[in-house]
Amino acid sequence: MAIFPLPLADLLGHWGSYVIYAVIGIAFGMTLESAGFGNSKLLAAQFYFKDMRVFKVMFTAIIVAVTLVFLSSALGILDYNLIWVPPTYLWPGIAGGLVMGVGFIIGGFCPGTSLVGLATGKLDAVVFVFGVLFGIYLFGETIGAYAVFFDSSYLGRFTLPELFNVNYGTVVFIVVVAALSLFVVSEKVEAAVNKRPMQKFPGWSKSAAGALVAMAAVALIIGQPTNADRWQKIATESQSKLDQRLVQIAPAELLKYMNDSKIKVVPLDVRDEHHYNQFHLRGAVHVPLDSVQEKAREFQFELANTVFVAMSNDEVAATEAWKILKAESVPNIYILEGGINAWLETYAGESLSDEDRVSPRQPDQLAFKFDAATGSRHQAAEPNPEFLDLSYEPKVILELKRAPTSGGCG
Amino acid sequence: MNQISRAKPYMNPYLAGTLLGIVLFLAFLITGSGLGASGGLNRLLVYVQNEVNPEHIDQVAYLLKMAGGNSNPLDSWIVFLTVGTIFGGLLSGLLGRRVKIETNKGPQISNGTRWIFAFIGGALMGYGARLARGCTSGQGLSGGAGLSVGSWAFMFAVFAGAYALAYFFRKVWN
Repeated sequence: MAIFPLPLADLLGHWGSYVIYAVIGIAFGMTLESAGFGNSKLLAAQFYFKDMRVFKVMFTAIIVAVTLVFLSSALGILDYNLIWVPPTYLWPGIAGGLVMGVGFIIGGFCPGTSLVGLATGKLDAVVFVFGVLFGIYLFGETIGAYAVFFDSSYLGRFTLPELFNVNYGTVVFIVVVAALSLFVVSEKVEAAVNKRPMQKFPGWSKSAAGALVAMAAVALIIGQPTNADRWQKIATESQSKLDQRLVQIAPAELLKYMNDSKIKVVPLDVRDEHHYNQFHLRGAVHVPLDSVQEKAREFQFELANTVFVAMSNDEVAATEAWKILKAESVPNIYILEGGINAWLETYAGESLSDEDRVSPRQPDQLAFKFDAATGSRHQAAEPNPEFLDLSYEPKVILELKRAPTSGGCG
Repeated sequence: MNQISRAKPYMNPYLAGTLLGIVLFLAFLITGSGLGASGGLNRLLVYVQNEVNPEHIDQVAYLLKMAGGNSNPLDSWIVFLTVGTIFGGLLSGLLGRRVKIETNKGPQISNGTRWIFAFIGGALMGYGARLARGCTSGQGLSGGAGLSVGSWAFMFAVFAGAYALAYFFRKVWN
């Protein structure tokens, strides 16, 4: 597993990790202020093409960060799956962006820049910050009226490479080259608007641009790690967990967590639709084996007290799903011991007789015949825990989640 | 000699951008989350609301998430990042001798008018940032570097909104 991002709360404790965030904040504030972003007039000049500082700083930062992120991911240092990528809510995002754009030209700051304006004594920034607080207050009071729109067009963790169906390295490379070209254009625009000769790029910036393009090219050539590459890195440790049966939890343990309000259990049913329709656990999410990897990044959004339990008729397909999800750094993932068949043996009781038994049975086949697609209506789909107090060997150990459940703007 | 003439000029934008990019990368590398600003202000506000009128918090679902029951709205990494940002801005301002009580605006409007616009613009910014689930730092910068589709659509929307109305507010700035 990649070393980064660091499990900060593990290393420094809950409040200790906050010190790191404060230090990062200081560095953030210092760069914003040095860039001139405490000055609203300079920020607004962007929109009259007089000084395109906002664009230059922002896109330089993006291409530097994007190159470093995907280069270190390609090298196996940083786990991109554990990085906060804001989930896409397309239309609320665009609407909010337009409102913010209007706020930008009227008010002259964005929330981050107004903080450094405030810190350096700009009175317009102080008033602006009060405006921001009022706007946030207004949002809290009014969002109830159109919550449906606020939660609409949800696309999850959806990235540009997925949108255009090309690999990450290609997108990074294109973004870097496009931004560098646009910097030349913006220098020309500034020169034309201010009626002065075009400013020369300093020598160091040309070398830096060359280095950036080279790094993006290296990231593109190496490529991002595949699921197989990621599994390779953890194979020894994880395979031994499988062999020692440390991650196969008994039906009774799963039932206990299904009835524990402190734990959120997500039963992942990886069988085909036919089997899923015949019988599945109450609340089971149907994720056929071939779409497990696709879903992995979405699972990172789940809260820290979430336990995933992969299940198939016996353990074969569930073990495959476990390996895929483990490789994609999904935390707290387990396998239902003996699969759905063991579950039915334990909880179906009188409702399934020996006559319903399938024999001879193929591997990973359902052990019982169902007359109809009972789905989760069967009594064994949600057994009452009070009557079925079975002992088991507890195996679930909740691990602290490394991927942030929130990021960017908290 | 007055303060203005002693102030050091702002950094070359490409150098500032490179440094900002490195800070953003380090934030990802160390913490997994990027940078942000509006979230911290949001939580500060909810903290005040919770002190003034805690019953109200329990009636609004959006606020409840942050401050319902015993949860402390200030118990969040983004609050520390935000406080750090303010101190960082002050530090850099002091080093560059750019700390000065002033109001930046175009020559055609009064300070009072500028403040009214600043308040209205701030309110729109705050409202929009919550609607978009992030501001220019969180959605734009951090999400952009993470290659989120929504963040890129958001960024174009911010620039589009500002450019679309720039003409009508030219007197504020020019």
